[in-house]
Amino acid sequence: MNRSLQTLFVFALFTLGVLAADTPVTFESPADRERYDTLLEELRCLVCQNQSLSDSHAELAQDLRDQVYAMIMDGKDNAAIADFMVARYGDFVLYKPPVKSSTWLLWFGPLLMLVLALAVVAIFARGRIQDPQPLSDEERRRVQSLIKSDLGQRK
Amino acid sequence: MIPEIGHFMLALALAVACLQAVIPLVGATRGYSNWVAFASPAARVQFLLVLAAFLTLVHAFLTNDFSVAYVAHNSNSALPAAYRLSAVWGAHEGSLLLWILILCGWTFAVTVFDKGLPPKFAAIVVSVLGIVSVGFLSFLLFTSNPFDRLIPALADGGDLNPLLQDPGLIIHPPMLYLGYVGSSVAFAFAIAALIQGRITAQAARWIRPWAIATWIFLTLGIALGSWWAYYELGWGGWWFWDPVENASFMPWLLGTALIHSLAVTEKRGSFKNWTVLLALATFALSLLGTFLVRSGVLTSVHAFATDPGRGVFVLALLGGVIGGSLILYAWRGPSTFAGGNYEPVSREVFLLLNSALLAVATATVLLGTLYPLAHEALGLGKISVGPPYFNVVFSAVMLPLMAFLGIGQFSRWKSDSLIRLRKNLVYPLSATIAAAFVAVIMLGGQKTIAAGVGLGFGFWVVITTLLGIRERCQGRQHPWFTLFNLPRAFVGQCIAHLGFACTVIGVVVASFYSVDEHQRLAPGESTELAGYEFHFVNLRTYSGPNYRATQGNFELRRDGKFIATLKPEKRLYHVRNMPMTEAGISPGFTRDLYVSLGEPLDDGAWSVRLYFKPFVRWIWLGAILMACGGFIAMFDPRLRSPAVARTEAVADTSSAER
Amino acid sequence: MRYVIPLGAFIVLVAFLAIGLGLDPRYVPSPLIDKPLPNFELPELGTRHSRITTADLAGKPRLLNVWASWCVACRVEHPLLLDLAKSGKAAIVGLNYKDAHDDALAWLKQHGDPYERTVFDEHGSLGLDLGVYGVPETFVIDRHGVIRYKQVGPITDGALASVIMPMLEQLAGDK
Repeated sequence: MNRSLQTLFVFALFTLGVLAADTPVTFESPADRERYDTLLEELRCLVCQNQSLSDSHAELAQDLRDQVYAMIMDGKDNAAIADFMVARYGDFVLYKPPVKSSTWLLWFGPLLMLVLALAVVAIFARGRIQDPQPLSDEERRRVQSLIKSDLGQRK
Repeated sequence: MIPEIGHFMLALALAVACLQAVIPLVGATRGYSNWVAFASPAARVQFLLVLAAFLTLVHAFLTNDFSVAYVAHNSNSALPAAYRLSAVWGAHEGSLLLWILILCGWTFAVTVFDKGLPPKFAAIVVSVLGIVSVGFLSFLLFTSNPFDRLIPALADGGDLNPLLQDPGLIIHPPMLYLGYVGSSVAFAFAIAALIQGRITAQAARWIRPWAIATWIFLTLGIALGSWWAYYELGWGGWWFWDPVENASFMPWLLGTALIHSLAVTEKRGSFKNWTVLLALATFALSLLGTFLVRSGVLTSVHAFATDPGRGVFVLALLGGVIGGSLILYAWRGPSTFAGGNYEPVSREVFLLLNSALLAVATATVLLGTLYPLAHEALGLGKISVGPPYFNVVFSAVMLPLMAFLGIGQFSRWKSDSLIRLRKNLVYPLSATIAAAFVAVIMLGGQKTIAAGVGLGFGFWVVITTLLGIRERCQGRQHPWFTLFNLPRAFVGQCIAHLGFACTVIGVVVASFYSVDEHQRLAPGESTELAGYEFHFVNLRTYSGPNYRATQGNFELRRDGKFIATLKPEKRLYHVRNMPMTEAGISPGFTRDLYVSLGEPLDDGAWSVRLYFKPFVRWIWLGAILMACGGFIAMFDPRLRSPAVARTEAVADTSSAER
Repeated sequence: MRYVIPLGAFIVLVAFLAIGLGLDPRYVPSPLIDKPLPNFELPELGTRHSRITTADLAGKPRLLNVWASWCVACRVEHPLLLDLAKSGKAAIVGLNYKDAHDDALAWLKQHGDPYERTVFDEHGSLGLDLGVYGVPETFVIDRHGVIRYKQVGPITDGALASVIMPMLEQLAGDK
């Protein structure tokens, strides 16, 4: 897509998005409310530059918020709601990436790195005591002269 | 005419930078002392030229010269003067010029404060900084010229993005850039040390003040950004793990590791190669950040609107500078002299652990930030990695770090024993657990485990720091006397660690115990949140210099007693036709109350968001403490004692000759 | 030996970043490729009682074009759609997304109507089920009602020539 068309496309996304209705919603139980808040933070706004459904002003975000609300009122659980979104928008819509073979490195990598780092430190800590190499005569003489000159300065 | 002068100054600066990059370097390696002496004047001339160019751009903004394309796109005649100044760095070209100005500024500073450095070493440092400058000036002049003319000129400009029309924009980017760019100084020192093959304890002593100074600016810059987002965006959030935020956080993490590793190298001569690698990597992350923000590779609210062509240039710059430095490292690293010895249980090992864990934390953030890109590049589809991932994984890495911080700051150099540590730390550990327990109960008893753990680690750092001070004061002198005469490096360290704990505690409490409500409220109505009463008095509209505002008037009460008036606003900026919210905040040491206006609803009522944010200010207070700690530590006279320098110089020459 | 590790890691990093420069970070691929159209039943634009259902979109390969009267970019691709419809090279069904009925009709009157029929999706429910996140978007649907391709943004000449037309021809040949 060339640049100007891309800009027009983006513009089209935003012209309607600017003044989305922002009606507060009510829940029967605080648990539902918490689920709603958490889900909105974990779902991504598709048209924005990296914002969650919770933060976004875009109209599509409002539509999706309404959808999440409707599904919670309907008694659907979090997994069902996430699946609904993924079926339509792909994994991109989840801020918490699913754990599947292509994301193992992402989820387990930090733990692996942690273990690796601790192991490396343990190796370095263990093998660090070395017997100092004995000085040669020439070096011994140099040490003496350094000590003498240093003592002279200190006074 | 004046913008053309600015453009010409930049071209001259590029020429000077080329000379600065080559002549002193050749002079230092070949021994031509007058070539070596070229470094300082070249750096100073370059700084003056870039400063002149920058001032012409500022002039163009202040005089509303809309024939300059950059001014036309980012300013407006109705824009208040202060924002016309900050609009200079409001978009890609201008902020890049600011970057270069700050780079030249740091180089200038190096030439001013180089008393204790051998001239050849200093010359190489300046040359390396010159190479970086050549790269960035080329990038600016060939792809991102801020002085391009717009013909025909616009009658009036496109205005600065309303999100940026705020005092925060005036200081946050310059502060952040001071930190970002400052990492180039430690980088240059590391390169100079590698080139000369003299990675020594003394070199570490030279680098340390620069590394700490950089770190201070980065700490403040990031904290400012977080605070700004909090009060400006209207959602009460203060960190989003956005790629650009991560791009500034990673150099900070590694910069912290660098400071601590330098301490070991400086005192004991150990970990030299690791310290050098940290210095290289910190700057590499800084360049990576520049790439991420300006190439369009990742989506971010912070990213500048730019194109992949520029991205290619920056990637080439990144590849060349860092690739070259890592080749140098691979070549010279093996021949570095081994440093001091230490036992398996010693302060050195704890500091090594600290470095390693901070490096893991940095790698974790890098992994999460770039994983979507790699995933897509490998054809595996598009995924998103956001706060739910980072919050979990990053916190998990931070916990062992804090644990070892507590033990480590208590441990002895070279040789310590687990028995001694255990004996001294058993009571603090119990005290920590008790304190965490009590705190969680006082805060309301919910979310006990997660909050308790987080608070516990924060308290652990505080208690062990205080204990370390007490142990230090036990000696022959009277404890109070010792307390007031502690070495600055130690005082700085304690304050910085306490600041870190303060931030952690703020993060934990604000994250777990915030309460918010989203309600419809009409003027005249009241509502309640967390024991506070919010009374929506009335609404008024007014016109600002370049916007039209609807302002709500809220009265905040507790138990009937009046506390404050909050005035959240909803603004519409004329030129870009863009709405903005300004939150109404009642700040406090232990809590913030926050009101933000949403949209007007059908019947005269408004959709209103209310937030109760306990301890949120501790997050930024902790950052200020960390910066103070760094500042105090920087001026420790032991870092620049001439007698020590002289002795070391002699010892170093003799050891280098071996 | 271990001193080469940082360099190696860095080269891998740069390679990924270089590939990344060629990708579009805002493009969201559709998970609905090779899946059947979602079930829907919505009013037809321009009529009072007629409804369109999923079944109406099967039978032959079609383009389903998402548009709206408030969408500026739609005007850019519209001449192309008119051409396609007039020359008979493609059958196009419109999906009027989150629009006002009269505005939509007026827009078609002004700019021309290339659509066999147009679905009137006032609240965007079908759009949501299709994973629409911007306007315009175009889907290629085969004779069995299965989605085969999604064009995000206006149809460019390049996309038409290299992807959409060949696909339509191939689908026309399929049984």
